[in-house]
Order: sequence, then structure tokens, then C-alpha cells
Amino acid sequence: MSTWSRNSALSASALLLLVGGIALAFYWAPEDADQGFSQKIFYIHVPVALTAYAFFAWGAWKALRHLWTRGERYDLESYTAIHMGVIFGLLTLATGSIWAKISWGIWWSWGQRQLVLFLILFLFYCAYFMLRFSTDVGPARANLSAVYAVFGIVLLPVSFLAIRLAEGFLHPVLFERDGPQMTGEMFVAFCVCLAGVLALAAALYANELTGKRIDARLRELREALA
Amino acid sequence: MSTAEKYVTAAYLVVLAVVLTYVVVYSTKLARLERELAELAEQARARDDG
Repeated sequence: MSTWSRNSALSASALLLLVGGIALAFYWAPEDADQGFSQKIFYIHVPVALTAYAFFAWGAWKALRHLWTRGERYDLESYTAIHMGVIFGLLTLATGSIWAKISWGIWWSWGQRQLVLFLILFLFYCAYFMLRFSTDVGPARANLSAVYAVFGIVLLPVSFLAIRLAEGFLHPVLFERDGPQMTGEMFVAFCVCLAGVLALAAALYANELTGKRIDARLRELREALA
Repeated sequence: MSTAEKYVTAAYLVVLAVVLTYVVVYSTKLARLERELAELAEQARARDDG
């Protein structure tokens, strides 16, 4: 399958799944008995947050592959994954903040460990770009970026588990050991939305990676022609 | 429109706005790549002629 066909198929799947998922969430899934209509943010906030975690983990995995094999492609893949993770992290903070305003009456709470830990994770990966662009292009930059990205993996379980382990939390926990704490319709709508956001993420990642590869090849070509 | 409906709409619009902004930024990048490619093709042609 060519890059264009794969990227187009991913974009089309993302559009279909997202439109279907949002329609299910708004017109089929019942309103939450406790939170009412405001709970509908859940169908976008949680998939976006899980996608951000997935991108950071993918970026760390590719960084590890780079350190292991020294393959240049892994450096670019790790960088692209972290780039996408930061975009989805920003969306997680924005949608979470809006949900917090309706549910708790505040935009942000510094007392909530899980929120602060996610912000730390987000800022940690924002700093990745400062590190990357303060070093000249070459193997040293790739190695330094990879080591930084691998270190970030430590923050992922801490941030993810903080939602479950925090004491006296406001942040709800919907997935427990005995299954999801929601109706079957809500869970189906959530799964379709999650599939849609993951397909969108995959489409954005594939397009961004193609762009970055072309950029890198143009740089090589410019150097060869100079 | 109730307050909850306004906030929920805002949350979904934020996601849409960020994705659209990304598409605009990416289009600008594609335009730059196309321009650079044209310049390099021109350089290569000039090199062949020279």
C-alpha cells in the first residue's frame, strides 16, 4: 500500500469513526445519572488522554529502538510520536479543564495530584523540543533526544496510576477491576470514540512522519547539491 | 442552551479547532517543502547545464 493510500484510508476511517462515535454519544448513550449532560465530555476527553499516553509510550519505544540499533528512522519516529503526544496532551488539559469547570466549579486544582502529574508529564515532553532544537542536527542530537524520551517513560505509569491511587480525589475513576462503571450503551459509544481518536491520531502521525521524512531528504539533497 | 450544553460544545469545538489549526500549519509546511523542492530542482538543472 502506498503512503498516500495508507494515509487516506486512515483519515477516512478516523472521520467515519469519529462522526459515528460522537453521534452515538449524543443521541444513543443515556445521560449520566450523576453528572447529567456534562458527562458527554468523557467521550472526547478520555480517548484524547489515552492517545496522549500511547504517543508518549510509542515515542519512548522508538527512542529505545534508536539507542539499540542507531537507526535514523527511529529517531524521526520517536520525535514525531512525541510531537503528536504533546498536541494530544494539550487537548487533554483543555478538555479536562472545561469538564472540571462544569463538574467542580473550577478550571484547575493544584491540590489534585493526578492533574499536576499530567501537567508535569506534558511539560516534560514540551522540554524535549527545547533540548532537541538546542543541539545541532546529527547523531549526538538523536542520541540525546532518545535518552530524554526513554526517561519520560517513568512518568507515564506514575501519571496514569495517580488517577487511581490519589486520596480524596475529585477526578472520577470509571474503569475498575470489576469492569467499566457505565451502561453498555455508554461503553459502546466510548469504544467507538476511542477507535475514532486513535484512527485520527494514526492519520496525523502518518502524515507528519511523511512530511518530516521529505524534509530530511530535502536537507540531504541540498547538502549534496551545495 | 443550558450551561452544561455550552461547556460540552466548547470542549468539542476546542478539539476541532486544534485539529484544524494543525491542518493549516501542516499545509504551510507542505507549501514550504514544495517551494524548496522546486528550488533544488532548479539548482540541479543549472548544475547540469553548467
